Amino acid sequence: MNINDILTPVITLGGLGLIFGAILAFASTRFAVEKDPRVDEVREALPGANCGACGYPGCDGLAAAIVAGKAPVNACTVGGAASAENIGAIMGVEAQAGEKQVARVLCQGSLEVAAQKYKYVGIESCAAANALGGGSKACGYGCLGLGDCAKACPFDAIDIVNGVAIVDEEKCTGCTVCVAACPKGIIQMVPQSKRVVILCASLDKGKLVRGYCKVGCIACNICVRKCPEDAIVLENNLAHIIYDKCTNCAECVDKCPTSSIKNYNEVCTEQQAAAL
Amino acid sequence: MDAGRLFYIVVSGILVNNFIMSRFLGICPFLGVSKRVETALSMGIAVTFVMGMASVVTYVVQYALLEPLGLEYLQTIAYILVIATLVQFVEMVIQKTSPTLYQALGIYLPLITTNCAVLGVTLLNMQYQYNLLESLVNGIAGALGFTLAIVLFAAIREQMDFAPIPESMKGFPIALVSAGLMSLAFLGFQGLVK
Repeated sequence: MNINDILTPVITLGGLGLIFGAILAFASTRFAVEKDPRVDEVREALPGANCGACGYPGCDGLAAAIVAGKAPVNACTVGGAASAENIGAIMGVEAQAGEKQVARVLCQGSLEVAAQKYKYVGIESCAAANALGGGSKACGYGCLGLGDCAKACPFDAIDIVNGVAIVDEEKCTGCTVCVAACPKGIIQMVPQSKRVVILCASLDKGKLVRGYCKVGCIACNICVRKCPEDAIVLENNLAHIIYDKCTNCAECVDKCPTSSIKNYNEVCTEQQAAAL
Repeated sequence: MDAGRLFYIVVSGILVNNFIMSRFLGICPFLGVSKRVETALSMGIAVTFVMGMASVVTYVVQYALLEPLGLEYLQTIAYILVIATLVQFVEMVIQKTSPTLYQALGIYLPLITTNCAVLGVTLLNMQYQYNLLESLVNGIAGALGFTLAIVLFAAIREQMDFAPIPESMKGFPIALVSAGLMSLAFLGFQGLVK
């Protein structure tokens, strides 16, 4: 065994790499292109999660688009107000950050309260389960609880608790990746300041809903009548809150006979209590 | 140097031993960037550029460095190094000298770093013991064959957008089937040169 057999290739390849590196280093200064320095600054102000929620390929793409004037300074929903303000300062425009939106899963049909059509034993994916007759839940609009959204979430903000996806408001950045991932289309973006949300997406008739789920909206119209702001409407057998009108009075929450309306202020306190 | 041999290399590179259709190299960009004819053509031009240059540079590396030192077994890794550097270098030069060309080639230039057809052509050059000119011609001919295949394929896929395709065959399945049929068609060129 000749030591040269090892040394020669190491030195040759190393030398080759070194020479090429030097050439590239030289070229990068020699052929440096005057780039708008704001691109890098804007890039710094973005969260850097490359989630693609803005529609551009990653944060670099968005930064280039913002500087080029093709995208607004608040295009990044994930960075929210803070990043919009910083980018606005760099670009010299007043930032108007949109209100923080959070994802809400419009279903509370956990294993105890929602009936199952059959027992699903296939691969752990809502999309796969959905292909089998719309999933194992008797309700065709219910959360399948196999966690496609949780897997898709780039911020680890979704957990599956008892067969239903729960979004952690603190971690949720409003990137809408989960909205696209849900095969049932029951994840909705709601302004975080709106604390009262109707957590049901079923368009079935009330009688049918009552048959398979204890916490579904049965379209009884009580919330519509009790709402002092006329902020709830009934459409296709499902109550909807008009968030522009809702004042978080939570009048409807107690009146709902199936408790399908949730007051997130209470939910938060409950969760905090549970954590303690 | 007889012109006949060069002609043979050109025909062989473009049709008979087409990189995609009969050697099955560079399949990834072939499927990835063949949705539209324009982008396919840009990709083809970029590949032609890099393959031609890579053929020359690897030839120099092979006969000026590796062979005298008896390090032929380092071929693959050394070539990868050469190609990666070359692509980076070319990208920088183009960005500086011709922003329009840079815009046109766009993302395709860096993508070629990982195009196995480029590595394939350089390795084959050495395997066939081509000289410098033959290597260059083979590199460019091979890349033109790549361009031909990817542009034809892109044209087919553009047509496919309007075809009534069964749901389960839409997208990649039908693309792969068409690629297979195209490859069969290219098989017809076998025997054109020996």
